[in-house]
Amino acid sequence: MSKTCEIDVTVNGKVHRAVVEPRLLLTDFLRHTLGLTGTHVGCEHGVCGACTVLVDGDCARACLMFAVQADGRSIETIESLGRIGRMNALQESFHEHHALQCGFCTPGMLMTATDLLRKYPLATDEDIRKGISGNLCRCTGYEHIVRAIRAVVGKTEPVR
Amino acid sequence: MKPPAFDYIAADSIAMAVKALAQAGDDAKIIAGGQSLVPMLNFRMLRPSVLVDINRIAGLDAIAETSEAIRVGALTRHYQLETSPLIARHLPVLSCAMTHVAHLAIRNRGTIGGSLAHADPAAELPMMALLLDAELHIASAAGERKVDARDFFLGALTVDLAAGEIITGVVLPKLPPRTGWGFEEVARRHGDFALAAVAATLTMSGSTIEQARIALTGVGPKALRAHEAEGLLIGQALEGGLIDRVIDAVRTTIEPETDLHASSDYRRHLAGVLAGRALAAAWRRAHESAA
Repeated sequence: MSKTCEIDVTVNGKVHRAVVEPRLLLTDFLRHTLGLTGTHVGCEHGVCGACTVLVDGDCARACLMFAVQADGRSIETIESLGRIGRMNALQESFHEHHALQCGFCTPGMLMTATDLLRKYPLATDEDIRKGISGNLCRCTGYEHIVRAIRAVVGKTEPVR
Repeated sequence: MKPPAFDYIAADSIAMAVKALAQAGDDAKIIAGGQSLVPMLNFRMLRPSVLVDINRIAGLDAIAETSEAIRVGALTRHYQLETSPLIARHLPVLSCAMTHVAHLAIRNRGTIGGSLAHADPAAELPMMALLLDAELHIASAAGERKVDARDFFLGALTVDLAAGEIITGVVLPKLPPRTGWGFEEVARRHGDFALAAVAATLTMSGSTIEQARIALTGVGPKALRAHEAEGLLIGQALEGGLIDRVIDAVRTTIEPETDLHASSDYRRHLAGVLAGRALAAAWRRAHESAA
C-alpha cells in the first residue's frame, strides 16, 4: 500500500476534499468516490474517448490522469452541462439530430465537442470528423453526431 | 486495467525532480502528460515504485525565442505547439505536424519532452526533432548535458536517457530564409499513429537547392533522416526525373515492418509517394517565400 495523499479538487464548481491512493484514476474518483457516473469508462487506455472530461477547461481523458493530479484543478463533467428538461444548446442539438442511440459514447462526445467548439472554427464537416476522431461510437455511424455539432457551430454561446 | 500501487511525488522544480529520481534509483518514472505512460501503467506493463510528477514545475512549458532558435520547455503541451505564433512564424512545418498528433484530448495533455523520451516508432515529434536538427537539454543530479536529436534516438522506445535523467527543453533552430517545407502523413484514422509520414525542408540558393532535409516516421524501429536522398537534391532544381530518383532513394533507405495495419511493401511504397508530395510542397513554398 502506497502513501495516500490529501487532495482538494473542484468538480463542477464544488470543492471536494478527499484522501486518495496515488494510483486511483480520475475516472474512478469521479464515479466511485463522488458518485458522478455520467463519465463513462470504456477502454481505460485512452483510445475510446468515453471518459473525456474538462481539466481547467481543456478536454482530457480521465482514464489517463490520476485523481491526485487533479489536486487544485477544476474538473468539469457531463453533469455540469445541463439536466433533463434544461439541457444546454449542444445537448439539445444532439437530441434534435438523433446523435445518440445507446448513449455510451455521448458524455465523451459532448465534452470533446465542448472544447472543439471553443478552440476550432470547425468550418467543414471534415474538421468536425477529425475533431471527434478520438471518440468511438458504435451505434450512429457518426453522421448524426457531425450534424448535431455542425448545427451549433458559430452560435455565440454554443455550449453554455 | 488498474495500475499497480506506487508512491507519488509532485516536484515543483527540476532540482526536486532529479533529486527524487536519484533517490528512487532505477525504479522511478517521470509523469508528464501521461498519455503514453498511463496506458502502460493501466496494462501493468510498467510497475514503478515511484512516480515523479513534473506537471507543477513553473515555467517548464515556456516557448521562447532567441536570435537563431526557438526553445521549447519539456512540459509544453502538443496543443500549445500546434497554436504557438512563434512556432507558426519560424517553424511552420512543426505547426502542421502537430495537427496530426493524436486527438485534442491527447494534445491538451501530451508534452514534447514526454513524446521524445517515449520515442514511439510512429510518432511525429521524434521525426520533427530529427528533421529540424533539434538539441535536447537533459538534467540529472550529476548536472546538465546536451544531446543532438540525431544521437538521441537509439531504437523503438529506446533513447539516450538514463534512469536519473530528465529532458528539460528542446532547442529548435529557426528555418533559414528561402526555405520551403512539406509534411505528409497517412494514418488509418485521423490522429492515429502514422502508417508512414514524411517531413521535408528545402533551402534555396539562387535557383537551386542548397540544403535538403527529409525525415520519416512509421517506417522502421525509429524515426530517421533519408541522407542519401537529401544528397541527391543538393545543387539541383526539383525538375525532370530528379524527384523519382529521390523517391527511389527514400524507398531503399527504409526497412518498414509488416504488422496488423500495413505490410512492409505497402509502407515502403507509401513513404515514397508521401516523400514526393512533401518535396513538391517544399519546392513550391521555397519559391513562394522567395517571391
